[in-house]
Amino acid sequence: MTSPVKELSSRRYIYQGDPLLTPPPADLMVILDKYRGQRDALMTVLEELQDHYGYLPQQGLQYAARELGFPLSQVYGVATFYNLFQLKPPGRYIVRVCKGTACHVNRSGEILAMIKTKLGIGEDETTPDGMFTLQTVACMGACSLAPVVVVNDRTYGRMTPEKSTAMLTELHDEAAMEVKV
Amino acid sequence: MTTLTIDGQVFDVAPGTTVLEAALANRIDIPRLCYHPDLVPSGGCRLCLVEVEGRPNPQASCGLKCDEGLVVHTQSDRLTALRRDIIDLFVSDHPLRCAVCDKNGACDLQRYAYQYGISETAYDFELSRPLFQEDNPFFVRDHQYCILCNKCVRVCDEIVGANAIEVAGRGFTSHVATPFDGPMVDSACVFCGSCVQVCPTAALLPTSRLRKGREWELTRQRTICGYCGVGCGVEFATQGQQIIYAQGYRAAPVNGEFLCVKGRFGWDFAQHPDRLTQPLVRRDLLEPRPPTADGRPLATATTPTEETVTSDGQRSSVGGPPSAVRGRPSGPGVRRPSVVGRPSADFVPVSWEQALDIIATKLADTVKTHGSDAVAGLSSARCTNEENYLFQKLFRATIGTNNVDHCARLCHSSSVTGLGMAFGSGAMTNPIRDIRNADCILITGSNTAESHPVISYEVVRATKLGANLVIIDPRRVPLVDHATLFLQPKPGTDIYIFLAMAHVILREGWADTAFIAGRTEGFEAFEYSVREVTPQVAALMSGVPAELIEQAARMYALGQRADAPSADGRPQTADGSQTDNTDYALRNTQSIARGHSTILYAMGITQRSNGTELVLTLANLAMLSGQIGKPSTGVNPLRGQSNVQGACDMGALPNVLPGYQPVTDAAKRQAVAQAWDLADLPAQPGITVVEMMHAVLAGKVKAMYVMGENPMLSDPNLTHVEEALRALDFLVVQDIFMSETAQLAHVVLPAASYLEKDGTFTNTERRVQMVAPVLPAPGQSLPDWQIVGQVGEKLEAKLGHAAEKAAAWRYTSTTAIMDEIARVTPSYGGIHHHRLSGEGLTWPCPTDDHPGTPILHTAKFTRGLGKFHAVPVNLPAEQPDADFPLILTTGRILYHYHTGTMTRRSEGLNWRESRGYAEVHPYDAEQAGLRDGGPALVTSRRGQVRTQVRVTDRVPQGTIFLSFHWKEAPANVLTQDFKLDPLAKIPEYKVCAVRIESPKAAAQGKQAAGAVEA
Repeated sequence: MTSPVKELSSRRYIYQGDPLLTPPPADLMVILDKYRGQRDALMTVLEELQDHYGYLPQQGLQYAARELGFPLSQVYGVATFYNLFQLKPPGRYIVRVCKGTACHVNRSGEILAMIKTKLGIGEDETTPDGMFTLQTVACMGACSLAPVVVVNDRTYGRMTPEKSTAMLTELHDEAAMEVKV
Repeated sequence: MTTLTIDGQVFDVAPGTTVLEAALANRIDIPRLCYHPDLVPSGGCRLCLVEVEGRPNPQASCGLKCDEGLVVHTQSDRLTALRRDIIDLFVSDHPLRCAVCDKNGACDLQRYAYQYGISETAYDFELSRPLFQEDNPFFVRDHQYCILCNKCVRVCDEIVGANAIEVAGRGFTSHVATPFDGPMVDSACVFCGSCVQVCPTAALLPTSRLRKGREWELTRQRTICGYCGVGCGVEFATQGQQIIYAQGYRAAPVNGEFLCVKGRFGWDFAQHPDRLTQPLVRRDLLEPRPPTADGRPLATATTPTEETVTSDGQRSSVGGPPSAVRGRPSGPGVRRPSVVGRPSADFVPVSWEQALDIIATKLADTVKTHGSDAVAGLSSARCTNEENYLFQKLFRATIGTNNVDHCARLCHSSSVTGLGMAFGSGAMTNPIRDIRNADCILITGSNTAESHPVISYEVVRATKLGANLVIIDPRRVPLVDHATLFLQPKPGTDIYIFLAMAHVILREGWADTAFIAGRTEGFEAFEYSVREVTPQVAALMSGVPAELIEQAARMYALGQRADAPSADGRPQTADGSQTDNTDYALRNTQSIARGHSTILYAMGITQRSNGTELVLTLANLAMLSGQIGKPSTGVNPLRGQSNVQGACDMGALPNVLPGYQPVTDAAKRQAVAQAWDLADLPAQPGITVVEMMHAVLAGKVKAMYVMGENPMLSDPNLTHVEEALRALDFLVVQDIFMSETAQLAHVVLPAASYLEKDGTFTNTERRVQMVAPVLPAPGQSLPDWQIVGQVGEKLEAKLGHAAEKAAAWRYTSTTAIMDEIARVTPSYGGIHHHRLSGEGLTWPCPTDDHPGTPILHTAKFTRGLGKFHAVPVNLPAEQPDADFPLILTTGRILYHYHTGTMTRRSEGLNWRESRGYAEVHPYDAEQAGLRDGGPALVTSRRGQVRTQVRVTDRVPQGTIFLSFHWKEAPANVLTQDFKLDPLAKIPEYKVCAVRIESPKAAAQGKQAAGAVEA
């Protein structure tokens, strides 16, 4: 613990303005309008926000809390509880490495380690170029293909550390092509 | 009653009691970490497991209701093993650094680890939350000690209603967090510290206590908070002559363990270097100078000189007026009081003897030359009953005038007058604790969550239990988040809503006919007066939809709960059938099942030029619905200062003697005179606060004695107040700081604060409670009762009164004063210090064996029958026009208190809110070209202030809000003093016409005007 006696004046509260003063952007309004005042619709709203933005933007949660009549702290609690919600913008490719039993015994751990090394990020992190987000999942239900890596909607079965390196290069090239087109 | 057996003992308990509650009530200790008696049991810690015969598995006793015949064992080998394992799991990520922990000796986890012999974890230790957050000056959050008992989260939700924190994340990473894990200040946190209070470990600690001593090294003293009128009990932990921290305590009759930010963290003003420590006298009073041209020798307009000394020569510059003494002269024609920069007023420290001599001589001279009525006094709602009693006695008995008043004139004089007219007693009718059991709460003109935070906790509790909350307020106050109905009238039009509610109640047959017939008078005239005020009329005038008014009337009159059926908003009869019967007649309503509704109101009702009429309207509503004289009902004015109720009770008012005995009532007056050993007392009512300022300028009042008040910030039309105070021949100010008023004084006397003296405070629910000293008074400062006593003694001598008169002023203790109060004040007849330990006493308490009267008007009203008053519709005196198109309403904010003399010297409070601001509606801001957070000039016919803009929809369009705490931006420069309430003489702080503009636009406007003129 550091010394409690600190110069407070340097940390004095400064009024920052009301973040919610302007009406929500139109796309957000479309979602919130359907559920205004319905406290039981919180999960639905969060799912729709996630679908729309790919993650839960801070301002979106603030407006959602206000329009549903929920304390923001509770909205944040729910949003951080469920794995399916992301509070940071995800990368172009969400790489999900399965850690389920079948994948685990087929050495998914080595695949995960390889991907971490190649991308230079840890679990639930995104590469600085915004290309890859790395996640692990408990089971994808594709045990016959174990070990499995799922990238967005594509499933890569019977993976090895080597194949995962090739997969990343392939994805990178694919993205580069897209940009050119 | 339910009978159960715990550890072989048989107990009878009330149905619904939990096993844990039953055990604790009977001194059977069951270990527990997440249980708190005021919170809904969560069953999270599992430590309170007990064995129940006939059930195979142990049960959590906090959530287990007592069933008939239940046989419970709180101790067994299996339970011990389970508890040991639970504690072991807790300490597997809670470091046992007890040797360096501030909570050592007061930590629940430490206690159970000791009891169950856990010295270290048997698991692999892994810190799950290595987070230390020190983002505010009030408390620190050290997550490594957090055991996720959730008590802080629950207290913030269930009691405080702020919902600043919640558990975020999942599994091993779950932690208590603000939204987005940001700093506390960006959350909804109100810094009440209730989370700190309930935290069982060192995860939440007041910053002030870190490394300042362990529990057993601290001395504890319980006293009453000196801020608002709620009268919370506070326990101060001190070491040496320093306060280490403050906390609530369970036995406190009003607040239990819960406090607000001012009560828990706002005490550091007491040891601020700005405190006055010795009597001060103006230099020119000691060495008389030739009088100036206008013949007022003392209204010095000399330029400041280099050798101008501040009162102690070395004060901090943190908002300290003494440094402001070295100001600039205010230029001619500037219609702005020079509160910040002012002409020099150099004071010289003198001895008490000398200061008192000067005061006695000057006051005696004034009395002899100009008569008794040339002296006026302002007593203090922040001083004790004993002190207020002595102060008014000094004026009535020694000086011989009724010119004594205090700031209740400026806040609740309309309540005292209005409720006095309707019921016969002008105070809260019901206790604060009643609110939590109400079925419907109507709050109007009160920003309860900010001005009376601890009362708002009661309201939040009630709503959590299913009560309806109806708020009628032009501002969207924080409690609206918990309200069922929010009616937002244009400022000044709420009278229509109250009358329309009465109309609806009568029309729908919701009136309590039996109550009206048996307990009241004047009903017919009243009924006639609301006949035409339909909800439609009210909607047109106030802008509130008629439907909402009808719903509010139904909820209030019938005391409906939010969880009751038929909440679709249509007016309905009590049996639930829809009605379109508009036949205007009283119907038989005996069969109506009526819940309990209570009205809470404050300055939004009273600080109006028709304040008394508004109070009468609320009283009418209560009598009409029979919502008075029972528990959880009544009309409850929430009073603003720690002892404003007591100051009124003690007769620090120009028209009444102690106990509201009118000075015009010869019999009562002579009885008091006799007790004071006099033949008679002045019979002519004196003048009120605002009238005093007018009287000074009219030359009628020559000398004033101000005890602990700061009219230079609190009174309306400050420019005028300053003129008046400067025109005085002699001004004595007795205060704890060099207030704006003290700077204009001739003699300044250093007083002790509420933390440094004993006596009694009477809180808003009429509860008289003991105040005890926590600290020694700094320097030569003295408790106000000693000062007033000495002034009285000297003054008697100077006036040439008999020696025994002077001797009578030598009071030895506050206890003796209280005994004298009991002799002359019928409602305090049985109140003595020795009876006040514990819960205190609620007046009326006429005799020594009387238990006090928590609820007024139960069998009959104080005045006999309750009186309905037909109230005319009056609108605010000053309406917006083309030049001043906006309405200004003033009020308080959570972090500051009145004129800020105390709170602005509290480091934490001043950190949270260090400057004034104006709340402006987005539309008005756009019209005026104002930026959120930018500067603005607010101008009324009386003056101008510069302040910061906060654009917010808390205020309706066309209205701006200013708080009056700031000497740099004194809102009361703008408010009007020309139209007072005719009965209560209260000024209209809540409505006046202003315009707002950006400083740039104002400068350009001036230039343009100048160009045209040229």
